[in-house]
Amino acid sequence: MNTPKIRIDRVEKTFSLNGHSSKVIDDFSIDISHSEFVSLLGPSGCGKSTLLNMVAGFFLPTTGQISMDGHQVQSPSVERGVVFQQFALFPWLTCLENVSFGLRFQSLPAKEILDRARVHLDLVGLLSHEKKFPNQLSGGMKQRLAIARALAPSPSVLLMDEPFGSLDAQTRETMQDELLRIQKMVPKTILFVTHSVSEAVYLADRIVVMTASPGTIKEVISVDIPRPRDRYSNVFAQLSSQIEKILREEVKKVSNA
Amino acid sequence: MLSHKTVRWIPLILLLLMWAFFSRVNQTFHLFNPILLPSPTDVFVELWNLFKTGKLVDHIQASLIRVILGFLLGAGLGLFSGLLAGAFRPVQDMVEPIVELLRPIPPLALLPMMVLWFGIAETSKVIFIGYTSFFPVFITTMEGIKNVDPLLIRAALTLGASRKDLFWKVMIPASFPQIITGLRLSIGLSFFVIVAAEFVAADRGLGFLINDGRNFFLMPQMMGAAIVIGILGYSINTLVKKMERRLLQWREDQ
Repeated sequence: MNTPKIRIDRVEKTFSLNGHSSKVIDDFSIDISHSEFVSLLGPSGCGKSTLLNMVAGFFLPTTGQISMDGHQVQSPSVERGVVFQQFALFPWLTCLENVSFGLRFQSLPAKEILDRARVHLDLVGLLSHEKKFPNQLSGGMKQRLAIARALAPSPSVLLMDEPFGSLDAQTRETMQDELLRIQKMVPKTILFVTHSVSEAVYLADRIVVMTASPGTIKEVISVDIPRPRDRYSNVFAQLSSQIEKILREEVKKVSNA
Repeated sequence: MLSHKTVRWIPLILLLLMWAFFSRVNQTFHLFNPILLPSPTDVFVELWNLFKTGKLVDHIQASLIRVILGFLLGAGLGLFSGLLAGAFRPVQDMVEPIVELLRPIPPLALLPMMVLWFGIAETSKVIFIGYTSFFPVFITTMEGIKNVDPLLIRAALTLGASRKDLFWKVMIPASFPQIITGLRLSIGLSFFVIVAAEFVAADRGLGFLINDGRNFFLMPQMMGAAIVIGILGYSINTLVKKMERRLLQWREDQ
């Protein structure tokens, strides 16, 4: 049958520090299909970033397996672009050079690299800023640049770790719309970590609500609200409060522990 | 209103005037031996004479060549070994203890030994400057490479960078600010210690001028040489800072 784009299969992750070991992720399994937008939602410290980092290939699960297109994920790859909460831009490179960074490792002619970098800068609306350095950009622009950089080498999967977490509410909503617009133009399979319920409901096809330490799947919720979604509609509010309730139980567990 | 540039000159001129005034008072009333405090004009006349005969340029050249050769040697080795130690943990484990043991020893303490080992000619002076300028570059480079933001490395890995790309295209540029700081410290230190190196068996150089002045009680020559060293050091520092600002314009905000 159809292999899923990403398969997370009974993954468990234990970190040990000074002879003290703690289980961060336990018995986590999910299949993500092509061009699906999946949001990982959970209280802080539930291991959602850890899970994303394992999908990226930064480290391996203690047990279980993560695979992409049927191949086991063992190290970072250009097939999986990552957008970090702290942007992680190269401060010594201009916007254009940041976006070309990944293209320079593929044997492409210089002209093609430049063209493709410009196309992606244009996609995020930063073409007129191509000569600026990251320090000269606002928070929202920095994150757009980071998205352009991640998209430039044409990965089929985009992993986003609370990418809009450090932005103000206004910019955040604009960026969510931007992301959906980009996703429509260049369809990607997206795994999106967030702790904001409304962000997850606004963006995702499916929301994975996680339990607090160790992180396991509490519930998987399909968001069937047609797009474009209205943040102020009744269905939106209902689903949000339903998820909010599930999440609150988990947050309580953390504070009582 | 006076501009910033004008204001900066005022204290300097006042200082010169005060110096001229005290030396004149002393010459008139003999508070102490007037030879010990020549007037600024005496010093500048002495410098002008040295310049006219071409001797001053000769001495400056001698000092500069020693500083530059020594700096290139020391900073080059410091950069190379700092990069290696920063990138490879085993290299750091082997090199760091030696460096940490040698570093607290003032380089001047080793100068007499170097003279015995490498002779009284140029070699010992260049090696001495090289030794002195090695440490700041080595340490800032190693720390710079070691402290590269791990997030940048992760980002580069997801963009397809190989180990080699990581080193050349992420770690080196990311630690550029630290490396440049190390280079600036080194060149400053080189100027600090060159004078002492030229006290020992030299017949040219600004340090020699000072030492020679002491032997023959030539106060204006000693003061003049010291002033020239000050101006040289200041100019080089300004030059390096300008280069730094150009190279690191990405660090400036807005």
